[in-house]
Amino acid sequence: MRSLRNLLPEAALLLAGIAVFFVVPDDLGLATRVVIGALFALSLDLVLGYAGIVTLGHAAMFGVGAYAAGVFAVRVWGEPISGLLVGAAAGAAIAWISGKLVLRSHGLTSVMITLAVAQVLLEVASKWTSVTGGDDGLSGIAVQPLLGLFEFDFMGRTGYLYALVVLVLCFGLLRRVVASPFGLACVGIREDRGRMAALGYDVPRQMSIAYAMGGAFAGVAGALSAQITQVVGLSSLGFAHSADVLVMLVLGGTGRLWGALAGTVVFMLVHHAAANVDPFRWMLMIGVMLVVVVMALPGGLSGAAVRLWSVLLGRGRGTPATPTSPKPRAGSSDAAGEPPRLGEVTP
Amino acid sequence: MALLASILIDSLAYGMILFIISVGLSITLGLMRFVNLAHGVFAAAGGYAAIFIAGQLGAGYELAALLAVLLVAAISLPLEAVFVRRLYRRSQLDQVLFTIGLVFIGMASVGLLFGNSLAPITLPTYLQGSIDIGFRVIPRQRLAALIVGLLVLGLLHWLLTRTRFGVEVKATVDLPQASEALGIRTSRVYSLAFALGAGLAALGGIVGAELMPIDPYYPLKYLVAFLAVVSVGGAASPPGLLAAALLLGGIETTAKYFASSYASLLFYLTMLAVLTWRPEGLFGRKEAR
Amino acid sequence: MTDVLQVDGLSRSFGALHVTRDVSLRLAPGARTALIGPNGAGKTTLVNLISGSLKASSGTIRFQGRDVSSLDQAARARMGLVRTFQVTRLFRAMTVADNVRLAVLQRQGSAFDAWRRVARMGALQQEVQRVLHLLRLEDRAARRVESLAYGEQRLVEIALALAMQPALLLLDEPAAGVPQGESEVIFDALAQLPGEMAVLLIEHDMDLVFRFARHIVVLVAGAVLTEGSAADVANDERVRKLYLGKAAHA
Repeated sequence: MRSLRNLLPEAALLLAGIAVFFVVPDDLGLATRVVIGALFALSLDLVLGYAGIVTLGHAAMFGVGAYAAGVFAVRVWGEPISGLLVGAAAGAAIAWISGKLVLRSHGLTSVMITLAVAQVLLEVASKWTSVTGGDDGLSGIAVQPLLGLFEFDFMGRTGYLYALVVLVLCFGLLRRVVASPFGLACVGIREDRGRMAALGYDVPRQMSIAYAMGGAFAGVAGALSAQITQVVGLSSLGFAHSADVLVMLVLGGTGRLWGALAGTVVFMLVHHAAANVDPFRWMLMIGVMLVVVVMALPGGLSGAAVRLWSVLLGRGRGTPATPTSPKPRAGSSDAAGEPPRLGEVTP
Repeated sequence: MALLASILIDSLAYGMILFIISVGLSITLGLMRFVNLAHGVFAAAGGYAAIFIAGQLGAGYELAALLAVLLVAAISLPLEAVFVRRLYRRSQLDQVLFTIGLVFIGMASVGLLFGNSLAPITLPTYLQGSIDIGFRVIPRQRLAALIVGLLVLGLLHWLLTRTRFGVEVKATVDLPQASEALGIRTSRVYSLAFALGAGLAALGGIVGAELMPIDPYYPLKYLVAFLAVVSVGGAASPPGLLAAALLLGGIETTAKYFASSYASLLFYLTMLAVLTWRPEGLFGRKEAR
Repeated sequence: MTDVLQVDGLSRSFGALHVTRDVSLRLAPGARTALIGPNGAGKTTLVNLISGSLKASSGTIRFQGRDVSSLDQAARARMGLVRTFQVTRLFRAMTVADNVRLAVLQRQGSAFDAWRRVARMGALQQEVQRVLHLLRLEDRAARRVESLAYGEQRLVEIALALAMQPALLLLDEPAAGVPQGESEVIFDALAQLPGEMAVLLIEHDMDLVFRFARHIVVLVAGAVLTEGSAADVANDERVRKLYLGKAAHA
């Protein structure tokens, strides 16, 4: 049946996640962080990989979602699913409002605005101690049993499965968005905003919506983090967090959705393994990795995988892939990969 | 009144240092449209090079500083030729990613080589301590920073208005292809401009070490400040950059006097306000896209 | 019947540089008008002004009776005022089909539909096929634009414009840069444009101009020198002087 076949990627993701559950029952804390990170990276892929909006402040939506869900759980209602919706709404709202500023400009200015917005929010969170707990962070977030049935145990089992299901659902939603007219329009905007305007598209509005959608999913990731770890810190809004998710996405490859998943898994596992290493060595690794990806590996790991796959199948240059980044300057001679064929194959 | 004078002097000093360091970034952005998030590495490298030269080779402060500036400028040339030049035509995201990678590599290298702590340079006597200028006692190094800033301003003005290099820079900023057609070797202009910017950043790092202490995290810590000054000032506009540096530096310094925990917030809010009002910067030109 | 396009006293300056001077123009439905003139006369600038990518310094532009002078490019395009680009401006990394899909999707009002799958939208695919068929591009539908010959890319430019079902089509040098052997295909495409569509064609290829246009406007230094039927313009002394010594593009 066609509709079942369409859900293959989601099913695969779910199965992989469940396998992890049984394979490493003692490391569910790490696994949960990877799942949340993957959702965060997916949200950035929509904004950056598909709509081409460069941001160094995506952590703002995550952090706002986390704080909103945390405060909601502590002061209003401890039910988790509504907490997710609160997180999504908060992320979307911040994205919508700041988007007005970010999307009016381009180049360095727009990147700076994304950064400034995140920093301002961080400062506000740091000062607003009555609500956010200030520098100490928001703690004591206790969440009610999921659906009234599943308690959040301290082994993290409920937490992990909860996060996994949310990830799979969001992944499915995003795949849908990306295969839709709106998704195709986002890619068009990424490639050539002016041409889209000449085709009659209301480009600012499309971008605002894409940015807000990305904010919503980031907010959900933040809410998950708040509910499962039961704590929200200022670092969730910080530049390091924004830089990390950017690195994860680029490593995995933008514009392909599953690249975000791959990049997160690789990055966070390596980070975990390297945790005991000198922070400077870790920094060196990330730096070298970024340089390598930009100079030699367009499309990140997923791009390389796709190319390898087509070579193995003897298909030569046929298979579609995506550029690492929004359209290169006009006149440049490097062709950094190929696009997904959105009308035919959904990634 | 004395307070006002103090704030003024400190703002000027801080603003000047920001200006000296950020000039290179502004020129690179306006001239080559290259977003260099790693610019702060030049400033930090200047400081570390000066320390190394003074320490290992026993050179005096002035000589160490001079050599460090020249060294950083010299190293920037092959860097530009090999890596940066390939990125001019790449997308903004690629440039951002690459230069962030460079920042991490730079910080890590410095950290692994020199360790995490500061190793301050031994200042010559005339730069040590403070000097009484009547209504206030101000650290001599800070006064020196101010003076150097003014000298740099003068130097830039001379370079851009009285030399052939300056003319070539302005022409290339305005119309790169036309400049090529007129025989200006734009690649050479880019290299020299890049080296000039790197050297100035190194100078700023050394001279500003009192207000902005140098440690391995320096490039990242002050990255936002440099970028803010450049985007608020408008690319390739030294007067705009100066105005922005003084404005942002002034606001942050003033805030530090009255409500120090709000200093950062005010800094960012000012940046947001200016960029919202004039996205191309205070003195930038509106791009026709 | 109302004119599709009514331009009055349109002017544009950049400081002391007057690129468009007091231009007035009328296009009725079904018009086949060519805009000619020497290089630098401001033909593309005029197209930019009419399409909305450039704002006029003064003058008005009425499209189907409505004053559109203050509307931006996208708004005018949605109303049916469409232009093509002199230097091909397509989504090079995307397939021909996806390029046309973008145009059709906007036209069909689906720009914000984030739920339906593009691959399953029957009406969309039909319309895309129809447009591709008009320009005989069906067999190139799945190829990436950057892999096409330049002449074929010019056809895709036209396809995008047609997919928007414009009431007014501004064609900026559709045959520019197209090798001799391929320009006939472009002409065929132009000949098949819907009868009721008003078309303003900028071209240097005089052969194309005389075969296509019923009315010609001559633009020199930003101002209209003269206009009239093809025969009138061809016999005009001033126009002859302009093109003296220049054979028609072979």
